[in-house]
Amino acid sequence: MLLVPCPNCGPRNASDLRHVGESTARPDPSTASPEEWRTYLYLRDNVADWNVETWYCTRGCRKYFKLERNTATNEFRNPPLPGTKVGGKA
Amino acid sequence: MAFFSLGSSGRGRGKAGDGRKPPSYSAAGLLARGLTGEDWPRVWRDVPLQSSYDVIIIGGGVHGLATAYYLATNHGITNVAVLDKAYLGSGGSGRNTAIVRSNYLTPEGVAFYDRSLNLYNTMTEDLNINVMFSERGHLTLAHSDSALRTMHWRAEVNKLQDIDSSVIDPQQVAEIVPSLDISPDAHHPIMGALYHPPGGIIRHDAVVWGYARGADARGVEMHQKTEVLDILCTGGDGPDGKGPGGKVTGVRTNRGDISAPIVVNCTAGWASLISDMAGVRLPITTQPLQAAVTEPVKVFLPAVVVSGSLHVYVSQTDRGELVFGAAVDPFTNYNVRGSLEFTEGLAGHILELMPGVSKMRLLRQWAGLCDMTPDYSPVMGFTPVEGFLVDVGWGTYGFKAGPVSGEQMAEAIATQQTPKLIEAFKLSRFEAGTLVGEKGAAAVGH
Ligand SMILES: Cc1cc2nc3c(=O)[nH]c(=O)nc-3n(C[C@H](O)[C@H](O)[C@H](O)COP(=O)(O)OP(=O)(O)OC[C@H]3O[C@@H](n4cnc5c(N)ncnc54)[C@H](O)[C@@H]3O)c2cc1C
Ligand SMILES: [Zn+2]
Repeated sequence: MLLVPCPNCGPRNASDLRHVGESTARPDPSTASPEEWRTYLYLRDNVADWNVETWYCTRGCRKYFKLERNTATNEFRNPPLPGTKVGGKA
Repeated sequence: MAFFSLGSSGRGRGKAGDGRKPPSYSAAGLLARGLTGEDWPRVWRDVPLQSSYDVIIIGGGVHGLATAYYLATNHGITNVAVLDKAYLGSGGSGRNTAIVRSNYLTPEGVAFYDRSLNLYNTMTEDLNINVMFSERGHLTLAHSDSALRTMHWRAEVNKLQDIDSSVIDPQQVAEIVPSLDISPDAHHPIMGALYHPPGGIIRHDAVVWGYARGADARGVEMHQKTEVLDILCTGGDGPDGKGPGGKVTGVRTNRGDISAPIVVNCTAGWASLISDMAGVRLPITTQPLQAAVTEPVKVFLPAVVVSGSLHVYVSQTDRGELVFGAAVDPFTNYNVRGSLEFTEGLAGHILELMPGVSKMRLLRQWAGLCDMTPDYSPVMGFTPVEGFLVDVGWGTYGFKAGPVSGEQMAEAIATQQTPKLIEAFKLSRFEAGTLVGEKGAAAVGH
């Protein structure tokens, strides 16, 4: 189906991971309006192109990380991005 | 049945665009052409693309074509063009497993899908084409107490709106579908099922062609191989006048610019890409859904069978093939390539339900793009860009919604008001936080 390059486990079948989805900027909880929260929760660019997204390595290292994938061709490029750990989405 | 009527030969239809119902196909016409080798007439006209229309519909699937058909039929709006980058029915409308039903979970969903089922019931006569609607009954199996509870919940919501829907026990399940393994020691024992007699399957190609033919006869133009590359806007907050506050002036295509005050996005899996051209963001992700079909065997499966826990559903065509489907692929993308994981999972799960089919061979598998929303309900109607409407978010369940969506979208365009039946599905529900949670009834059983 798809080999996902986990930074810890190496290439693994996508069925070993969970696709968390397109990475979106989390608003500041202390200042965000309800509309901003809902935009963050629901609206997506959903491009047919290179996109930064979050994966969770369910059956391997159980870490979250960000990868760049082309959603039209399913290629990955570049190693996992820095600051890859994301919280709050278990 | 229209197919066997000896009346019309399928030829000699009225001049295209004259508003008459196209004639039905007949056995006599088929025989005559078999003997003479004469070609069939074109089903819809191939006319030059004009530089402006009253309404442009992007996407020649069942939703776009039904919208065009009802605009012309119910509202007399005929200066309409349906544009498709490929051929009519090349998207989900020609790839689905053709299941229709109305036993949803929310009152809004039930009322909406029930209207569609009613339109499907009279479609063969309305469109004068045999859509082979087979009302064979639909079973959603429960393999756990909690699943059974959801089935009871759905049955009660359904009954309140006069939908024929009830929970039956394993013995009754076996009476309807004897090939199911109902033994209590099965790995996923069947504890009951939601039974929906009016559900069934239909010939999806005929529905697509029927709407195209009907719209054509009333003057609507269909333009295939016409790809929308951009949407032209003015006055909006974003770049090039796009975005909220602006309005649509037309579209840019691979065949030139076309102006129109109303542009409708009916592109399902591609919906985000088209909406982005107008500066409208959607709560949609695109995920492929796969299906597969076996070699034909003697007919033994009388109903549609869905198992949510086992992620599989199956029906048998009139020709005898088993048609299978499952849940969407587990990550977003715009590829329609099949995977071995899908067929492996499918085979394993179907054998747990029906051990008897173990010797059957798969003939073919395929995939289509699905426009998934967070609440498994569609996004319909007006957007913050004036003149830009959407009929999207059809996920894995939008084929059955084609007729009612076309009818309601046409009304929205003609009256410039959101009809009551689709009020709950407007885009602004994501801002207001008033989602219409249909996951329990739509995640696997499409
Ligand atoms: C395998 C599978 C099984 C399914 N099973 C069922 C089922 O059993 N029951 C059910 O109710 N639903 C089912 N569905 C869902 C259903 O098929 C879809 O929701 C429905 O067909 C959507 O119809 P549509 O007209 O909105 O879009 P589509 O039929 O997808 O049409 C969209 C059209 O837009 C065109 N387009 C895209 N971009 C452009 C552009 N830039 N310019 C011009 N044209 C463009 C495409 O070429 C395409 O023809 C299934 C889907 C799949 C994939
Ligand atoms: Zn890992």
